Amino acid sequence: MSRWPEPAARMLHAPTPVTSFVGSSPVMGPGTSATGSPVADLVVSALGKSFEPGTPVLSNVHFQVATGQRVALIGANGAGKSTLLRCCMHLIRPDAGEVRLFGTPLGGLDAQALRRLRAQVGFVFQKHNLVPRLSALSNVLHGALPRAPLARAWLQSLAPAALREEAMLCLERVGLTHIALRRADKLSGGQSQRVAVARALMQRPRLIVADEPAASLDPVAGDEVMSLFSGLVKDEGLTMVFTSHDLVHAVKYADRVIALQRGEIVLDALSHEIDVAELRALYA
Amino acid sequence: MPEHTATPAPRVLPDRFERTSPTSFMLWLIVLGFFAWSVNKTGVSFSDLWGGIPQMTRLVGEMLPPSTARLEAVGWALLETFQMAFVGTVVGVLLSVPIAVLATPHLSPHPLVYHAARNLIAFFRTVPDLVWALLFVVSVGLGPFAGTLAIVIDKIGFCGRFFAEAMEEVDRGPQEALSAMGASRLSLIMCAVFPAAMPSFINTSLFSLEKATRSSVVLGLVGAGGIGIELKVAMDLFNYDEAATIILAIFALVVLVERLSALLRKKVM
Repeated sequence: MSRWPEPAARMLHAPTPVTSFVGSSPVMGPGTSATGSPVADLVVSALGKSFEPGTPVLSNVHFQVATGQRVALIGANGAGKSTLLRCCMHLIRPDAGEVRLFGTPLGGLDAQALRRLRAQVGFVFQKHNLVPRLSALSNVLHGALPRAPLARAWLQSLAPAALREEAMLCLERVGLTHIALRRADKLSGGQSQRVAVARALMQRPRLIVADEPAASLDPVAGDEVMSLFSGLVKDEGLTMVFTSHDLVHAVKYADRVIALQRGEIVLDALSHEIDVAELRALYA
Repeated sequence: MPEHTATPAPRVLPDRFERTSPTSFMLWLIVLGFFAWSVNKTGVSFSDLWGGIPQMTRLVGEMLPPSTARLEAVGWALLETFQMAFVGTVVGVLLSVPIAVLATPHLSPHPLVYHAARNLIAFFRTVPDLVWALLFVVSVGLGPFAGTLAIVIDKIGFCGRFFAEAMEEVDRGPQEALSAMGASRLSLIMCAVFPAAMPSFINTSLFSLEKATRSSVVLGLVGAGGIGIELKVAMDLFNYDEAATIILAIFALVVLVERLSALLRKKVM
């Protein structure tokens, strides 16, 4: 049975989440434990956030992401996608609701416990956020900061051989070993984003979160990065949540699409059941 | 003639200057009056200046040719001057880095620490280095150590402020990325903030060295070591030809440091 039974135009404006994958086996996919019970890496419940009183950026957002699932968050500018991702990592503190990461609620954690959880999440940003004057290899090495002493993961020239080799392996997986010692500010947009992906891999993450990873790239580089992401996530059995304005990317590289409008979820459906043309109504 | 066309408003040229309000006018008058009074109190006199020209000509005449009798002693004093500036700058820069971190709003561990660090830097900066030299001459005695300490304090005041501003202005993106991956605050500062602020750090440090070289000359006048004391003695004993040598040596040192600093800056940037 289709999870999107009504015309998209009507559904997109539904006041509450249209569908939810919780307890629904077709969406669970790889996120089902050996005992058959659903395993969720990320659980967001009744999340709310506003930066100015009376104008909520997010309101009553609920969703879960099962282990191994790839989820795309879509929505127009200002819909609350980036804020939602940051709230999920508590980079921005939500005003209401709860976020559970790998089963642990983030709300009551002290700084050290929060850092330990964040260490398991590779966050890739739209602007790559590499340290500009350091080499690509040093930037990748920073992915080991949560688990290695600072002196070892600070600069590639000071790092022990094992970490340097691991960082080179991560660069190899994104096809950039040849520019290992090139400064990050001398890389092209596509190369920078690949280095950012390698840095995330260096964290040995369980979950990859990407905020419009292809937005600052040209279409070809954007496709390459998304396909690289998707491949790595599949190969490693990771979970991925990414935001995108590219509806084709969202449907092609995600198992499931969640649409936000004015801070509320208006669509939550499996990507193979979605018609891209109808999704465009979100941007009307 | 048809009446329906609207007559364009006559073209009026705008005023060249805005009409001054009575308050502004009064303020201008007060500033002008204060300037006139200050000229009077400071004894500015064109006739004295005119009358001093023969004296100045005689002084320049006595300075030429510069004496080479104490060239070696002047050379050593000049080296000591630069060493004071160099050590004072290096130690001052190193000490100002942690203080600047505490004085950077988003890196400081607590608002109270931030305000304490800011005020300390402001205090070090506002008291002139000559006053610090006087204080250190009293506490550690005459000689270059007092001058070096004065330069250290002066550099903390100078570099502390500019380092903090540089760290405040760097792109927050890499810091957010490291924070999102669970890196500690120290890791964030060392890995994301320092590398991004490094060009500004180096620029400020080199400029500090230039500034310290110039000020270390003056510090000698209060007994805080360096070539300044040589200049004072030469002037007091009317050895103007020797004073000319010292002035030329100072000029050469300052120019050399400025050139080297510019060269290094270009290389680093």
